[in-house]
Amino acid sequence: SRELLVLTYGALVAQLCKDYEKDEDVNTCLDRMGYGIGVRLIDDFLARSAVKKCHSYSETADVIAQVAFKMYLGVTPSVSCSSAAGNEFSLILDKNPLVDFVEELPAERASLCYCNLLCGVIRGALEMVHLAAEVTFLQDRLKGDAVTEIGITFLRKAEDRKHKRN
Amino acid sequence: MADEALFLLLHNEMVAGLYRAAEQGEGENGRCTTKLESMGFRVGQGLIERFTKDTARFKDELDIMKFICKDFWTTVFKKQIDNLRTNHQGIYVLQDNKFRLLTQMSAGKQYLEHAPKYLAFTCGLIRGGLLNLGIKSIVTAEVSSMPACK
Repeated sequence: SRELLVLTYGALVAQLCKDYEKDEDVNTCLDRMGYGIGVRLIDDFLARSAVKKCHSYSETADVIAQVAFKMYLGVTPSVSCSSAAGNEFSLILDKNPLVDFVEELPAERASLCYCNLLCGVIRGALEMVHLAAEVTFLQDRLKGDAVTEIGITFLRKAEDRKHKRN
Repeated sequence: MADEALFLLLHNEMVAGLYRAAEQGEGENGRCTTKLESMGFRVGQGLIERFTKDTARFKDELDIMKFICKDFWTTVFKKQIDNLRTNHQGIYVLQDNKFRLLTQMSAGKQYLEHAPKYLAFTCGLIRGGLLNLGIKSIVTAEVSSMPACK
């Protein structure tokens, strides 16, 4: 049941806030945990969904939004491409189930990225399919923005960089 | 079903993350277990509130324990407790022969000493649930052979 997941996540964030004073430390910790989850979740995802190989970054972003998010969190964010080069995408969530029981961030935790775990998960999962990416929160409803927006920037693969050096 | 995989992974990461932080920092192992247990405690309190909103009042302690074994366990772990024993003097033993959080680990003796870490959260879960139903309790866990636990 999703409530167990959401409540557990909330308890985890609360515990991390007690352990670490700085918001950045909590954010880093969440991201690292998310990464650990992502590298394992991708196996589960590929086994359950049997999606075929993606041939472009935009296809990958679509699969993440429409299949993965739907499967694990029950919501489907909308995808938009935000760069001409075609390697930057935004996932826009108007309903984020992880914050179902959270009303607002406490005043002393203003820069806490409550759902930073999600960024780590996406980053870890992509890395396991050999796609390096940077994933961050661009907008966050808990901080007063209208929607929650996650930005994925696909980085150039390591092989390209090697060629350039030669 | 997919949520379950996510919860399992999250739980395992939590255990690993907390112990990793303890190794680097000052905390000893005992504190990690306490932290995990208190996290489970909070979650247990919240969960039991949501589950029992519409159910009738419980007649006695045994009734509450049966609820935990059947409905609560099913909602959380998708199966019931396999065996409930009591001495009718306040001690109850719940046995689960295929504990969901331990099935992912190999069944040999190798990892037996690490198993308790994974049970701390669930102990807290039960303790929190019982407290909100009006019972003060101490919950301990014992693993003699994976993946069964008491």
